Amino acid sequence: MELLLDSLFNGVAIGSVLLVAALGLAIVFGLMGVINLAHGELMMLGAYTTYVTQLIFKLPILKPFYNSYIIVSIFLAFIVSGVVGILLEKTIIRKLYGSPLETLLATWGVSLILQQFVRSVPLAYGAGLVISLLIGLFLPTTFPSKIKESINFKYFKFSSWIFAALTGVLTGSIISSSVSKLSRASARNVDVTAPSWMRGQVEIIGTAFPKTRLMIIVITLISVIAITLFLNQSAWGMRIRAVTQNRQMSDCLGISTEKVDIITFGIGSGLAGVAGVAVSLLGSVGPNVGGNYIVGCFMVVVLGGVGNLLGTVLASFGIGIMTDLIGAGRLLSIWPDMPLPLSNTINFFATTSMARVMIFALIVIFLQFKPTGLFPQKGRMVEN
Amino acid sequence: MSLSKIKFDKKIVLSFWIILIALIIAAPTLLPVFRLNLLGRYLSLSIVALGVDLIWGYTGLLSLGQGIFFALGGYCAAMYLQITSSSEFPNNIPEFFALYGVEKLPFFWEPFRSPIFTFFAIWIIPALVAGLIGFLVFRNRIKGVYFSILTQASLLVFFNFFNGQQKLINGTNGLKTDVTQLFGQMVGSESMQRLFFWITAFLVIAAWFFAKWVVKGRFGNILIGIRDDEPRVRFTGYNPVIFKTIIFSIAGGLAGISGALYTVQSGIVSPQFMTVPFSIEMVIWVAVGGRGTLLGAILGAVFINYAKSLVSEALPASWMFIQGGLFILVVTALPEGVLGWIQGDGPRNLLQRFGLKRKIETYPSLEVNNKEGNNE
Repeated sequence: MELLLDSLFNGVAIGSVLLVAALGLAIVFGLMGVINLAHGELMMLGAYTTYVTQLIFKLPILKPFYNSYIIVSIFLAFIVSGVVGILLEKTIIRKLYGSPLETLLATWGVSLILQQFVRSVPLAYGAGLVISLLIGLFLPTTFPSKIKESINFKYFKFSSWIFAALTGVLTGSIISSSVSKLSRASARNVDVTAPSWMRGQVEIIGTAFPKTRLMIIVITLISVIAITLFLNQSAWGMRIRAVTQNRQMSDCLGISTEKVDIITFGIGSGLAGVAGVAVSLLGSVGPNVGGNYIVGCFMVVVLGGVGNLLGTVLASFGIGIMTDLIGAGRLLSIWPDMPLPLSNTINFFATTSMARVMIFALIVIFLQFKPTGLFPQKGRMVEN
Repeated sequence: MSLSKIKFDKKIVLSFWIILIALIIAAPTLLPVFRLNLLGRYLSLSIVALGVDLIWGYTGLLSLGQGIFFALGGYCAAMYLQITSSSEFPNNIPEFFALYGVEKLPFFWEPFRSPIFTFFAIWIIPALVAGLIGFLVFRNRIKGVYFSILTQASLLVFFNFFNGQQKLINGTNGLKTDVTQLFGQMVGSESMQRLFFWITAFLVIAAWFFAKWVVKGRFGNILIGIRDDEPRVRFTGYNPVIFKTIIFSIAGGLAGISGALYTVQSGIVSPQFMTVPFSIEMVIWVAVGGRGTLLGAILGAVFINYAKSLVSEALPASWMFIQGGLFILVVTALPEGVLGWIQGDGPRNLLQRFGLKRKIETYPSLEVNNKEGNNE
């Protein structure tokens, strides 16, 4: 019983990392039909944001609040990845709607650039760049409508970009001069240390659970609840769902599909950033950290069925529990006296990488029976 | 693809061939061995690019898992070489087995003692694996991005499998071929590398003609039909599953040949051939060269790899930026690739923009090619 509980917890912990990473992907893919191969790199940006936030909170001014840096970094990571995602949508993906294979290639190009970016640009200036993007993209939207509608709006926009660039350079140099670790580019992996209240273990029903794992589960839970509420309760959520169901019809009814696309993509990318915070708690952070998760995320989305959050949730926990059962060879300890050939097979697959082999093979077999995933979209679908 | 494909003059085509063959014959004596070896490698990569072009450019299937078949071909060739030159090692099996305490050759490697079996295995095994994967996927009408994702997942399956199996295939370390013997000579030696270059050059041309033959006629038309409108092909009475499976296994076989040639010229085959980035790179060679143009795939593979080695030698950090930029640029600005652009309306549009050529007001087939005179 205890063993089973342990296994279940481990599975849920693995699954919740997958879930929070796949959630953004599921939204973007399900709602917009866009394959974003740069999703892993957006996660990486989130993880680096955590690292930068941690170092900034070590400064004397912010030292008293050091323990809360992880909470702050969740929001910051959401914003950073979200802003980069919005920029991506505005510049590249918008041109490629309707041709998913091309989007796939273009986003792969973006992911290469982002990987090399964190290797060869000092993180402080990276942070400055993100800040200037943030200001440049959002400052014009805060102007009063009188200015927005005037002919000279483009000059206002232009000057706000200049202001943004200056602020970015300024913050970049402030950060780089005050935190020496961020002032030089480095391709080495960095480590995020959890604040003291998150170290150690908690005992629940006689079993000890590491606190970081619990924190990840909490982050996942909050993200899932927040995104469900947003999609089902808010006005923009309703618009997003409408566009998902029928883009042309929603357009005719006066929903700005362009705005919906930006918001959807921004939220999806932001969730990738939150996933990055979770990932940074698990191990060291490097430029390639996203690549380890991206295929798993896609598997979750494919298995869960497109455009269905419940499917995504079930699929990621399913994959998580299966990974733990197979990878740690727990089936053997649960059922010690199984016949020899079977136990040999299970031993053969009882490593992390072989468990992955098994899981992907199982998914491919599963798709033979349900090609559209656990929860296919209802209604008659015209093959596109 | 476009209405007005430029038909090259016969003389130009002939002189192109003469120059090409002269270059191939002359290259081994002109180039230093290091550069020759690089060129040979890139030429062998162009065979896998041809396969990618067949499935993506002509049939519209974007496979991100060609690395599987590439590596399978490589492993077949490397294992044969290792086995034939293992007579001095204990138990007459390749040296690495001793590291893991394996005393008998695993049963599935037994047939690779025979050179004839290996010769066929290099392309038949990848083709069969591709056919199997393809059939399972296509049967369920999984297509588009789902197909891409699944091929990528299978790539990861194979990568993890090959990476983890030290006792069977030497795991992460891969199989080295440099110090093995073939025809009584070291594979890594200069004369052998020269021989491999000629074999590669010959096979590239052979593969090109083969691919041309495949896309010609009815079969090719159905492939293009599947790319442009698959339901319509099905409603016309063809079964797309069969055609897709066949073309996917052809591409797999080409990838296998390519992998074997690449392995003997680079001196090692390892699970690194099955990493995700490498398989996506294959797509970009085709995309830059021009998808749907077979020559474009070959040129794209050779030139991009050549550029990669030049840039990486000079400025190692910048290649990732350039490559990423290439992906974005070719997709957004040059969807037909360089050769597709030249063969299509690209140059004329450019000349028109600068006012160097008269604007076409109706169809190019009427205004430009009206020498044939279908009016009179």
